[in-house]
Amino acid sequence: MKKVEAIIRTSKFEHVHKDLEEIGIGFMTFMDVKGYGLEHGITQRYRGTELNIGFIPRMMLNIVVPDDRIDELVDCLMKTASTGEVGDGKIFIYDVDDAYRIRNGDRGSGAL
Amino acid sequence: MEANINRKFTLSYFSAVILILVLLITAVSPPSYGQSKEDPSGAHTGTIQDVPAAKAGQPTIQELGEAVGHNSISINLVWTLIAGFLVMFMQAGFAMVEAGFTRAKHVAHTMSMNFFIYVLGIMGFWICGFAIMFGGVGSISALGGTPGLTHEITLHLFGKGFGLFGAKGFFLNNSVYDVGIFALFLFQMVFMDTTATIPTGAMAERWKFSSFAVYGLFISMIVYPIYGNWVWGGGWLSTLGTNFGLGHGVVDFAGSSVVHMVGGVAALAGAMVLGPRLGKYNKDGSVNAIPGHNIPMAIIGTFILAFGWFGFNPGSTLAGTDLRIAVVATNTMLASASGALFATLYMWYKFKKPDPSMMANGMLAGLVAITAPCAFVNAESAVIIGAISGVLVVVAVFYIDQKLMIDDPVGAIAVHGVNGLWGILALGLFADGSYGSGWNGVSGPVTGLFYGNPGQFFAELIGGIVCFVFVFAFMYGFFKVCDKVIGLRVSEAAELEGLDIPEMGVKGYDEPLSIQDEVLPSPEIA
Repeated sequence: MKKVEAIIRTSKFEHVHKDLEEIGIGFMTFMDVKGYGLEHGITQRYRGTELNIGFIPRMMLNIVVPDDRIDELVDCLMKTASTGEVGDGKIFIYDVDDAYRIRNGDRGSGAL
Repeated sequence: MEANINRKFTLSYFSAVILILVLLITAVSPPSYGQSKEDPSGAHTGTIQDVPAAKAGQPTIQELGEAVGHNSISINLVWTLIAGFLVMFMQAGFAMVEAGFTRAKHVAHTMSMNFFIYVLGIMGFWICGFAIMFGGVGSISALGGTPGLTHEITLHLFGKGFGLFGAKGFFLNNSVYDVGIFALFLFQMVFMDTTATIPTGAMAERWKFSSFAVYGLFISMIVYPIYGNWVWGGGWLSTLGTNFGLGHGVVDFAGSSVVHMVGGVAALAGAMVLGPRLGKYNKDGSVNAIPGHNIPMAIIGTFILAFGWFGFNPGSTLAGTDLRIAVVATNTMLASASGALFATLYMWYKFKKPDPSMMANGMLAGLVAITAPCAFVNAESAVIIGAISGVLVVVAVFYIDQKLMIDDPVGAIAVHGVNGLWGILALGLFADGSYGSGWNGVSGPVTGLFYGNPGQFFAELIGGIVCFVFVFAFMYGFFKVCDKVIGLRVSEAAELEGLDIPEMGVKGYDEPLSIQDEVLPSPEIA
């Protein structure tokens, strides 16, 4: 099994969510995150003074899939979350040792 | 069993419908003229039958006069009270503007100051503030003569009297137990509280609550009432006209100087002694923006203030029978709009975006500026006064923030101090001579420089200078002493963490609402 940690644009979240459901991804968690990359924050102006706190808001998705589905998942994310501009985000892939379904003890890929 | 229940239900349902039908038929049946006294149009309610008279329907001239007089004072008293209730609600507006323009981690503290100033102010004004301000005001005929407010401490120099402060009506004791005086107290108390709550904005996010509480009593008991006495209570600024021929003396219809400039100058003194918030200014002299945490809250607060101002200015006639209230209210509305419009246009032109916080400040600046002249100027002048205040407030905010480096999170000094001064000067310029006959004991209407009376402008200028010097000296001294004795400012650690827990014991919000709260001020910034 593989775990995909994808950091994407907040504005792309709904689109990505829909497409993941379409390709049959049955399990995902997500959170609001802030950070920086090639882009360093958003410039605001408050009472005439510029302000940049140095961070930008993004969404982080955590998805675990069986090994044979990883390429399909990554393709989907690469296609759906992209705008072609700086700041589209990143995808990280990790190995997953094991998984359990808490309700009935299903183990491994069967828990997904 | 079930059928039985159903039948019972159906029966009661039918009887209810029949009852409603009967009521409806009764209601729409033709009116029986001549037998009943219903008056749906209202045209026939209130007749000679309603004049209290020994012989019903046939009042004597005396009885008629009594009724007319009583009604006239009733209208004035009700008007003054309702206007006072509107001004009281401005406290909510101030609380929301100040909390909205400051950070979430201090919100319980900022809100608590705005709440507690109301409590302290009422107590302070009741103890001695009212007596000092109005103890020697004499007779206010619109409120039925206000008997008892007759003792002004006066300095006699060069054969002229200089009223210094009043000395009657402490604790609203029984010698002033009068409906007119109680109405006056309520109305003037909420005005005082407007002044008292202005510095809580300029000094927000770093002011120790204990020294704030002492301040609340000091300004409500002493500083505000003394300057107020000089202009409104029969004191020496109001008699510059009768004593020295300077127009009508210092005229300030609803308090651009008495209320707003006093608050703004006190805010200036406080912010100077207190120093800027941590992280506001960098070592190289550059300025950081510290955004407020809730723009919607600040905008709603501004609307509440603008609403309350319809009590503030028109109510200052103390008379619903003085129909000038229509002009006062309309001028107030016009100036609030032109203030907001010109502040917005100026920001838009300068920075390519209309800054919402400056839109709000612009509206308040227009309202502050029109507060003194609202009763004496025409509509055109009201719009001009507001427009100038809208630009003035933006320029003043930048000057205070970036040149003087005095940290005022909400712009209180620019809004209330600078535009308060502009307001009384504007009266001295734009008063058109259509109102104010006999004001401060000087015959003829109030007329400004542009309409031929430079003396009036000169009186207003003296009023502004005296206001600044007196209030600044008193408040600066007070804050310095306060700093030595109980400490004015919270600890650095408390300021960084947020004042809610160190000062108030509880957080205003459960979670930080914004990342800006967490990362500002940057630790390396002095």
